[in-house]
Amino acid sequence: MKPFKAFSGTLAPLPINDIDTDQIIPARFLKVTDKNGLGEACFSDWRYESDGTPKSDFVLNKPEYKGATILIGGNNFGCGSSREHAPWALMGAGFKAVISTYFADIFRNNALKNGLLPIVVDEETHRQLISLAQEDPQTQIKVDLEAQMITLPDGRTVEFPIDGFSKYCLLNGVDQLGYLLSLEDAIVEYESTHPARVNTTQ
Amino acid sequence: MPKTLFEKVWENHIVKPQTADTPAVLYIDLHLVHEVTSPQAFTLLRERGLKVRRPDKTLATMDHSTPTTPRNADGIIPVLDTQAAFQLDFLTKNCQEFGVPLYSLGTENQGIVHVIGPEQGFTQPGMTIVCGDSHTSTHGAFGALAFGIGTSEVAHVLATQCLLQNKPKTMAIRVDGRLQDGVTAKDIILAVIAKIGVGGGTGYVFEYMGEAIRSLNMEGRMTICNMSIEGGARAGMIAPDETTFEYIAGRPAAPKGEAWERAVADWRQLPSDDGAVFDAEVSLDANTLVPMITYGTNPGMGMAITDRVPDPDSVKDISERIALDKALRYMDLQPGQSLIGKPIHVVFLGSCTNSRISDLRQAAKLLRGRRVADNVRMMVVPGSQRVKAQAEAEGLDRIFKEAGAEWREAGCSMCIAMNGDQLKPGEYAVSTSNRNFEGRQGKGGRTFLASPLTAVATAINGVITDPREMLEREVAY
Repeated sequence: MKPFKAFSGTLAPLPINDIDTDQIIPARFLKVTDKNGLGEACFSDWRYESDGTPKSDFVLNKPEYKGATILIGGNNFGCGSSREHAPWALMGAGFKAVISTYFADIFRNNALKNGLLPIVVDEETHRQLISLAQEDPQTQIKVDLEAQMITLPDGRTVEFPIDGFSKYCLLNGVDQLGYLLSLEDAIVEYESTHPARVNTTQ
Repeated sequence: MPKTLFEKVWENHIVKPQTADTPAVLYIDLHLVHEVTSPQAFTLLRERGLKVRRPDKTLATMDHSTPTTPRNADGIIPVLDTQAAFQLDFLTKNCQEFGVPLYSLGTENQGIVHVIGPEQGFTQPGMTIVCGDSHTSTHGAFGALAFGIGTSEVAHVLATQCLLQNKPKTMAIRVDGRLQDGVTAKDIILAVIAKIGVGGGTGYVFEYMGEAIRSLNMEGRMTICNMSIEGGARAGMIAPDETTFEYIAGRPAAPKGEAWERAVADWRQLPSDDGAVFDAEVSLDANTLVPMITYGTNPGMGMAITDRVPDPDSVKDISERIALDKALRYMDLQPGQSLIGKPIHVVFLGSCTNSRISDLRQAAKLLRGRRVADNVRMMVVPGSQRVKAQAEAEGLDRIFKEAGAEWREAGCSMCIAMNGDQLKPGEYAVSTSNRNFEGRQGKGGRTFLASPLTAVATAINGVITDPREMLEREVAY
């Protein structure tokens, strides 16, 4: 994973509550065995007509939102299925961060493990950001993970929460598996004092 | 200090406690694997030269992308979709290479991952169980801490048998009273989710308790825990009791002899202590509960089947109003409309929520001597090959077929609609599954979630039907 660097980008507003992972990437695209090609299928049913032509009123198809790197969704973004294909698809579609008032637990975990930053903001800031993006699609905001801060065009800054471990891993491009592997002794110790509950190979 | 069921299981699996800088490291007793969320995890292991640390705590099955169409003369279930076939072959290859036991398509133990774990006796109280599938919460019905994970985490567990987790909060969901005839576990959980909303449980582990939960059999309890994720909670648990022990006893993977006695003694220590504190509490009265049905495009948009579709104009919160308006437009429903009497196209009886033998028995009992309406396609998809065999031994398959329903092979089928079993655009389905998201059961398809009884009553009449009406008629005969 690449280290997560501070960046400035424009916002794609999708102010719909409870956007589930079936919308982000419909199940028929999950028959893959790698992570490629999911960006094109991101929000497929909202984004394309049944004959494959782009729906002109969907935000990702509007020319003024082309190149947006921050998606701003409604409350409870990423609910539903645990498919990690959802962050893979969002990243494939060019997003580096998603803003919401809160995220579904599994989606947030999956996003953090892939370098897609879930940014939680209060409702007031959330409303403001949506308005800004709708009024002026060129609105740039700055995302600084190190400082846990976003900066609005008027210079106002808003802090966002993130657990220290995920932050460390993102900033340093460290994947969490490496950390778990380093705990081999503790795992062996645990296993020696906790007999297996079941044996699936018998 | 008194502890909750969740806290007891959590504390017993700590390899390394949570600190200011790092999440807790949690040991996983059982890792269930399927073809859709595991390929990239196995690839990562291969790239990094890692082994599956504990194949003996890992079990794979095929369920999501598998066809449920009839077998060939040679007994093989043909997979015509080349992409699905490749994915299934890849799982076989991965399991062979890494030594993971696999229930292959069509073999005697194959089935939906959340049906086979309990069925084989692998799911036991006090365990930690994970799977790359959000409905892993199902296994919490046994007093296990069970939750869905992403593919990166699947790789973590394959390689280390551990997960990094921040401790969730706890929510007690108390359901007191007794269910009336025609009202089932599915109606309880749909009512809970309608009450708290799809995000209400975010950050929590649920513990379901109260007389109505205690009186459910294990399959009803699984139905409840299964849909915890639809309320936003990764896990839902129910304290183990005699009903739990009776269900597990004698299953292939259950402890035997002295080990059984020791296990039960341990399991009896698991229920939440008197005075244990929960971070939040919700309660529901089973006495007044009626069959539930969803009207919208998430499982929280549910109501009593006798109610009317809500009016967006009556919703105060703007974003909620927009969401409801959008949902009703997708569903092509009018505010104030009653759903009873609405014609539907498809009835789907299946999924990890409602495809177990008691679901099929309940459905067959109502369907016996009746017929599926001419305008309705009814699919019955057993949760596993064992459920299928049991149902056939009891003659349930004949009841379904004689009534005009399709009797299929086991799998997730039209719940996730990635195997070819799907709605056509615009079609309405009453489904016993767990998600009514836009396009979930097929692009443009529209789903009403309900119990198996409501689904069958609807199939018979061809329009949405309160199942109590038919139960009363049965009594009258």
